[in-house]
Amino acid sequence: MSRNEWPLWEIFIRSQHGLAHKHVGSLHAPDAEMAVKNARDVYTRRNEGVSIWVVKSEDITATAPGDKTPLFDPAASKVYRHPTFFPMPEGVKHL
Amino acid sequence: MNDADRRRFEFLLRLADSDLVLAQRLGEWVGHGPVLEEDIALTNVGLDLLGQARLWFAYAGEVEARFADRGRTEDELAFLRDGGEFRNLLLAEQPNGSYADTMARQFLFDVWHGLVLGSLILSGDERIAEIAAKARKEATYHVERSADWVIRLGDGTEESHARMQSAIDDLWMYTGEMFEPDATDRALAGEGIGCDLAALAAPWRETVEAVLREATLAVPKTSAVQRGGRRGVHTEHLGHMLATMQWLQRAYPGAQW
Repeated sequence: MSRNEWPLWEIFIRSQHGLAHKHVGSLHAPDAEMAVKNARDVYTRRNEGVSIWVVKSEDITATAPGDKTPLFDPAASKVYRHPTFFPMPEGVKHL
Repeated sequence: MNDADRRRFEFLLRLADSDLVLAQRLGEWVGHGPVLEEDIALTNVGLDLLGQARLWFAYAGEVEARFADRGRTEDELAFLRDGGEFRNLLLAEQPNGSYADTMARQFLFDVWHGLVLGSLILSGDERIAEIAAKARKEATYHVERSADWVIRLGDGTEESHARMQSAIDDLWMYTGEMFEPDATDRALAGEGIGCDLAALAAPWRETVEAVLREATLAVPKTSAVQRGGRRGVHTEHLGHMLATMQWLQRAYPGAQW
């Protein structure tokens, strides 16, 4: 059976001003405008957001699971890249 | 002030009942929506309307207590009145039909609802003004959504166009009573508490016609009007709906969650 499914959209929500948009999930919609409306109803029912981004899933280029080793393993042994040696001023959030 | 309170109670029931009855209709779609996203979105609209109905009922009960032995609770008003005591618009009780029927009904109601609430924000009754201000934010989103669907289906495929046109044609005769004030409406408008329903007809028509035009749909030519909701004279659909909605409180009086 051939069925025309609506395209998939990835949804990003900014939970408060000053924070970055965060991926919360995906949904189907015929176009961007409807994707925003659906996102509002599916993902912000409990006061989760102040702003919504929608991106067509097919427009996202992702890393391949098979490339995991060359891409990410080399970072594992470089402890000096972590800023854990700096004292953090108290009260600074979201750094 | 007994008469004024009785009138206000009646007026609040009209607002509450249209919200409640339409919310119940939308609730019938739960689990049956055409796609998951729509199912959730439409249910949200239904819950918005139910929330508004509760605010109107709660206030109606307080007003009733001023002239009766006691004011009824929200539950009593919603679940223990018979069809003849319901004051909702006939439009609100019409069956869901297809998604086009549901969206056409929603759109015709939403435009009217937004106008009524917009006008009630200026009510001399502070409580009414506050509820209207809160409800109007929701109504503004509702009409955006339902207008969108009328346009998408109207200006969609041959079949969706035909279905939306016939939905609009079938429901059109239930829109007339929305703009026909009776003595209660006129008295409340005169007191600066209600709104001038007749004055909402022109802006309603303007908005509805603009959306229908964009949806490539024809504005129905009929001038036939079905009326009676405000007097408790309903179409045959309300009784069946209430039987489903009220059976639990009727079978187990006073049952609580």
